[in-house]
Amino acid sequence: MAAKVDYKVIVGLEIHVHLAAKTKMFCGCELAYGGTPNSRTCPVCIGMPGSLPVMNKHAYECAVLTAMALNCSIARFTKWDRKSYYYPDLPKNYQISQYDLPLSENGFIEIPLEDGSIKRVGIIRAHLEEDAGKNNHELGSFSAIDLNRAGAPLLEIVTAPDMNHPAEVRQMAQELQRIVRYLGVSEGDMQKGHMRFEPNVNLHIYKDGQTYKTPICEIKNLNSFRAIERSVAYEIQRQLEEFLETGKTMQMGNKRTYGWDDVNQMTVLQREKEEAHDYRYFPEPDLVPVEMDDVWFEQIRSRLGELPLQKQKRFVTDYGLSDYDAAVVTGDKATADYFDAVVKAGAEPKRACNLITQIGQKLANQSNTSVDQLDISPQNLAKLAQMADKGLISATAAASIYAKMPGTDTNPEDIAKAENLIQTSDTGAIEALVNEVLAENAEAVQDIITNSKKAQKAQGFLTGQVIKKSKGKANPKVVTELLAKRLSELAPKE
Amino acid sequence: MSNQINRQQVERVAHLSRLDLTDQELDLFSGQLSSIVEYIQKLNELDTKNVEPLAHSLPVHNVFRPDTPRASLPTEQALANAPDRVDDFYKVPQILDDNSGA
Repeated sequence: MAAKVDYKVIVGLEIHVHLAAKTKMFCGCELAYGGTPNSRTCPVCIGMPGSLPVMNKHAYECAVLTAMALNCSIARFTKWDRKSYYYPDLPKNYQISQYDLPLSENGFIEIPLEDGSIKRVGIIRAHLEEDAGKNNHELGSFSAIDLNRAGAPLLEIVTAPDMNHPAEVRQMAQELQRIVRYLGVSEGDMQKGHMRFEPNVNLHIYKDGQTYKTPICEIKNLNSFRAIERSVAYEIQRQLEEFLETGKTMQMGNKRTYGWDDVNQMTVLQREKEEAHDYRYFPEPDLVPVEMDDVWFEQIRSRLGELPLQKQKRFVTDYGLSDYDAAVVTGDKATADYFDAVVKAGAEPKRACNLITQIGQKLANQSNTSVDQLDISPQNLAKLAQMADKGLISATAAASIYAKMPGTDTNPEDIAKAENLIQTSDTGAIEALVNEVLAENAEAVQDIITNSKKAQKAQGFLTGQVIKKSKGKANPKVVTELLAKRLSELAPKE
Repeated sequence: MSNQINRQQVERVAHLSRLDLTDQELDLFSGQLSSIVEYIQKLNELDTKNVEPLAHSLPVHNVFRPDTPRASLPTEQALANAPDRVDDFYKVPQILDDNSGA
């Protein structure tokens, strides 16, 4: 590598989100993943002459709701346009999309970064369109087309070039996934292609008092967070090296398209100087415009609810959770709402968070469900948290009681009693045990009061002995206190 | 007849539409398209300075359907018009540059 150069990374994202409707955007064909190829098509979505598209109201509202969550201004009047291009997966030879009057524009998304700060990324526009079919190139020396996906409602979101680091691009993608899942507008399943990402990457290189902009490269069709981060990181390095070698800068028409080769972990050039696209947009005569009045607008807005980042911030400020814990517990809405209910039922937030994210999550995974679906009322889990807080049960006991609660929603106190897990904090009883243990372990006691090298180990040993004598029921905190007190009494007076 | 649309333009539009036109057709269509454009230009005689652009010719908006599934075509029927098929897929010449989702 040549001498160190100063540069700034510039990344914008184009995102396609599959909306979670039951049917396609303009016809009643069912939307589902997999199944027999070409089993969910009709004259509308395979472009038969004389067929007419009709808008799916639910899909439209999902798009508006998402745009609202992205702080966009919502168009009160919007229309449809035809984007013409010829491709085998596009049976009509045009895609119904939105060109000059998209349903929303000028928003922003806030992304929590790993250092706890918040980054704001501009949203240029978000509009609705229909998806194309799926191409299969693996069957032979031809391509095979499945049109089941053709006509699926797709929300295209275009961000401003506001991201400056590969991790930020990934975090933007993750936050968007969290938002669409909270809203219920998309399953956001990356493996099923519900979200596809196309970063546009270039560099501003500062050299000899001048700024050089490298040609913009678009990386097509990424569908994993890891691929997003790695492909952007790779592209930065590649562009830097290319600039140092060739000095090539951005010009009209030298935007390039790259693909991501996941096996070799590198971007691969797909098209250079692509033929200037000429989509010949024109208004779609088969669809009438959409007008939104205040009533409808407010109806949709009332479904927004508390967005994930708001929830996360509230858990930090109101409940005192760490940024990390708050991010984990707000990962999905069901968990976050369940946690919130447990805290409102009287649990100490940190304790509730630990129980849910460490133990509850494991139990949920084992039975292939989510923590809120374990049939444990927030009240009973709050009770468990309180028992642990008061020292009535040990942390280990709390975990094993939690494991016995799913399905039955039994009062954790009853389980603790039945399993003999209640700790004793009865100082009298524990003191008696402490005295017994001190009498039986003179050598350890000696180590401690003479403050020998083994003192610390000996103290731990004695604590363990007392708990063992109590059959695990003595509150360790009380044991430690009483032990320390007795030992200091035994220590020679100075 | 004036030459509003020249052969080159017709060639370009034909290429975009994946049409293979003969020399005679290029001449024929550039002539025909020219006269159509010329005729449409009659509209320029009107003063439309204060007329809002029209998004749709019908004074109708918000025509929606509920998100309720309807029966789709049987696969056999969907593929009936396909020039070629393989299993339950449409079979097309190999696509090299996968431009899907453009």
